[in-house]
Amino acid sequence: MTDSNDPTQTFREEAAELLADLETALLSLEERPDDRDLLDTAFRALHTLKGSGAMFGFGAMAAFTHHLENAFDQVRRGLMAPNSALIDVALASKDHIRGLIEHPDRVNKEEGARLLDLMAKQTGAASGPTGSGTVTADKDLGTPGTWRIRFRPAPDALERGTNPLLLLDELRAMGSATVVTLTEALPPVEEINPNRCYLAWDIVLTTTQPRSAIEDVFIFVVDDSELTIDPVDPEAKRIGEILADRGEVAADTVTDAVGRQKKLGQLLVDDGAVTEERIHSALAEQAHVRNKTDAAKAVVPASNSIRVPAERLDDLMDQVGELVISHARLKQLVASSADLQIKSVTEEIERLSNGLRDTAIGIRMVPIGTLFGRFRRLVRDLSQDMAKDVSLTMSGEETELDKTMIERLNDPLVHIIRNSLDHGLEKAEERQAAGKPPQGLIHLSARHAGTQVLISIKDDGRGLNRDRIRAKAEEQELIQPGARLSDADLFQLIFQPGFSTAKAVTSLSGRGVGMDVVKRTIDSLRGTIDVTSTPGAGTEITLGLPLTLAIIDGLLVRVGAGRFVMPLSAVEECVELPVKEDVRHTGRNFLNIRGSLVPFIRLREMFSSPLPADPYQKVVIISVGERRVGLVVDQVLGDHQTVIKSLSQLHADTKAFSGATILGDGSVALILDIGHLVALGQTFEPRRNVS
Amino acid sequence: MTKTILSVDDSASMRLLVKMTLSGAGYDVVEAIDGKDALTKAKAGGVHMVLTDLNMPNMDGLALIRELRCLPAYKGVPIVFLTTESDAGKKNEAKAAGATAWIVKPFQQDQLLGVTRKVLGP
Repeated sequence: MTDSNDPTQTFREEAAELLADLETALLSLEERPDDRDLLDTAFRALHTLKGSGAMFGFGAMAAFTHHLENAFDQVRRGLMAPNSALIDVALASKDHIRGLIEHPDRVNKEEGARLLDLMAKQTGAASGPTGSGTVTADKDLGTPGTWRIRFRPAPDALERGTNPLLLLDELRAMGSATVVTLTEALPPVEEINPNRCYLAWDIVLTTTQPRSAIEDVFIFVVDDSELTIDPVDPEAKRIGEILADRGEVAADTVTDAVGRQKKLGQLLVDDGAVTEERIHSALAEQAHVRNKTDAAKAVVPASNSIRVPAERLDDLMDQVGELVISHARLKQLVASSADLQIKSVTEEIERLSNGLRDTAIGIRMVPIGTLFGRFRRLVRDLSQDMAKDVSLTMSGEETELDKTMIERLNDPLVHIIRNSLDHGLEKAEERQAAGKPPQGLIHLSARHAGTQVLISIKDDGRGLNRDRIRAKAEEQELIQPGARLSDADLFQLIFQPGFSTAKAVTSLSGRGVGMDVVKRTIDSLRGTIDVTSTPGAGTEITLGLPLTLAIIDGLLVRVGAGRFVMPLSAVEECVELPVKEDVRHTGRNFLNIRGSLVPFIRLREMFSSPLPADPYQKVVIISVGERRVGLVVDQVLGDHQTVIKSLSQLHADTKAFSGATILGDGSVALILDIGHLVALGQTFEPRRNVS
Repeated sequence: MTKTILSVDDSASMRLLVKMTLSGAGYDVVEAIDGKDALTKAKAGGVHMVLTDLNMPNMDGLALIRELRCLPAYKGVPIVFLTTESDAGKKNEAKAAGATAWIVKPFQQDQLLGVTRKVLGP
C-alpha cells in the first residue's frame, strides 16, 4: 500500500497513469495522425503533468513537459502534422519525463537537452538555448485568437449544482465574447421541468489566452456536456462559407451557386481527359478508404461514443431480467391455454425480449483488441531492455468481453507477458544454437469457446523447466518428494505465492510475486488457467473466462426435489445412464460414449438428495475447456431463459453454484458453476471411494 | 449576502485548513465530521455549497452526495468533493452521484478558492 497522505507519492501515481494514457495516444496517433480525440488526450495529459508537476516540486519535469506540450499545441492548432519523427521524440520524451519524476537526481541531462533540440527542430521554433528549461509563461504565446465554442450542458447539469451562467461569465472575462443562446431543444411550456437544462450556447470568443484556458473554464462539465472548441481560421474557409457567415449572402444562395458549378470529375470527363468509368472507380476508392478510416475509429474505446453511467446499464440489465422472468411466467400460463392468438402474442414477446436481452448485453461488450493494443509498447520496451529481439503478434482482437472484465485482465496479462519475455524467450545466440530463428515470438489470441472466452499467451521460448519446478516445490513443501503429478498439475504450482524458479532476480520478474496475483485475479473472475509447455518449443498459458452474462440460455434439470440450471452452451448432449453402468466401480465412474470414455459425477450424491432416485437416470454431457464430463440427474426438464441472480454473501463460498434464478412458477433454481463443480467432483469422488 | 459553506471531513487538520482558507475569503463555514453529521446539519438549511471528503467513517462522501441530491432543497446546490484517489473510478462515481466539481488533494489555498468561486459565483 502506498501512503495516500504523501502528496508527492500521490502525484507520482497520477503521473504514471497520465504517461500511460499519453503513450497509448501517441502510438495510436502514429497510425491515425488525423484523430482529433487522440491529439486531445495527449495534450491534456501533458497539460496536467506540467500543471501538477510544478505544484509538487517537480520543477524540472514541468519545464521539460512544457516544451512537449507546446509542440502538441502547435499540432492541435494545425500548424504542423504529427509525423513519425515527432512521435519518436514524444515517446522518448515521455520516458525522460518518467525519469524526471521517478529519480530526478539520476536523470541524464544530455538526453534531455538532446530531446529539446529535436523538439525545437520539429516545431521549427527558434527557442534559443533549450537546455535552461525555464517555463515560458502562457501569456507569452498570446497573440489574440478567435474561437468558436459550442456548449450544451447535460440535461441534469442544474440538478448537480452547475450554473452555466457562471461559466459564460468566466468566458466573458477572458476577452470579447459574443454569446448566442440556442433554444431549439426547449419543449412546450407545459412539459418543461424547471430542474432540467434545455439550453445550449454558441460563443465566439476573441482572447489572448490559450485554448487550455478556455478548456479550464469547462473543466468540471466537459465529460458530461457537448463541448466543441474550434479555432476560427478564415483562411481555411471556402469563400461561400465566409460570405454566408458574414451574412453577405444567404447560405441557400451559396448552395445554389455551388450546385450549378460542375464537379471536378465531370469537368475532366467533358475534357475527355478521363472516362466516366475511371471517375466512378476513383470515387469508389475514396468512399472505401473513408469507410475504413471510420471503421478504424470505431475500434477506439469509448472516445467517440456516447458516455453512459454504468449504473444505467445495470438498471437496463435488471429490467430486461425482470422482463424475461415475467415472460417465463406468461409462457407457463399460456402453455395450458388453447387460445392461438394469445400464444402467437407470447411468441412475439419472446422474440422481442430475446432481442432486447442480446442488445443490452452487447452494450457492455468491448473488443479485447483495446486491451491487446496496450501491450505493443510493453513488448517493444522490454525487448529493448533485455536485448532480445521479440515480435508480438495477435489474433482474435475482435473477440468481445464485458468491459469491467477487460479492465481487470490488464495486470494478469502484463505479468504473463513479462514472464514470457524474461524467462521464456532466449537470447538470439541461444536461439540460433537451438536451431530456432533469432527473433522470438509472442502470440496473443482470443476466441470464444462455449460459455467461455479463451485468451492465450504463447511464446516459442525454452519452455517451463519441469525438474526445476518440481525441485522448488519440494523445497517449499508444496508437494511430497517423489509425488506423481501430471504436467498440468505441476505447472499449476507456478501460481503459488512466492514461487519462483528463476536463479537470479531481474528487475522484471523472478521475485515470485506476480503469478499468484494472476491466479487470484482470474479466480475472482471465476476463470480458469491452463498451462501447456514443451521443452525447447515454448509455453502457452490459456485463460478461460466466463462471458459474465447476466442472462444465459440454460438447461433446466431436476435432481431429487431440487431444480438446477446449467449453461446450455456448455451442454453437448443428453444420454440415458445404462443400468449396468450404474454399479459402483472401484475407480472412477466412466461412461462409454461412442468409443470415448467420459467420467461422470452423480449430482444426487454431491447434493445428498434424500428422495429415491428415478428409475432411469439421465446424464448430461458437458464440455469444460478441452474435457468432457457427464452429470447424472433425475430428469432433464428442458431449456430455460436464465436470469442470473447473485447469491448472498452467506453463500459466497459455495463454489458449486454461480447464482440462482427464478422459474416461471416463482420457485428458485440454483445455477451450476460447471468449471468449479467438475473440480469439486474430482476431489469428491476419490474421497468417497476411500470411505 | 455572506454565503455559507458546509465543510465535511473526518480529519480535524483538514477541516481547520479549509475553514482558515474560506473564512479568510469572507465565507461562513459550518463544519461536520462525517456524512451523517453533515446530513443533519444540511437539513437545518442555509447552506450554499457543500465541500466534502470522500473517505469517511459512518457515512462516506458518495453516500452523502446521493442523500443530499434526494433532498429537494439540495437539487441545485453545488457539491464539491475532495479526492486523493488517482483512480478515475471514484471520481466518476462521485460525479454520477451528483457532484458538481472536485479538488484533488493536496491542493493549494488559491485552488480551493478558485473552485469555490467557480461554482458559487463571485
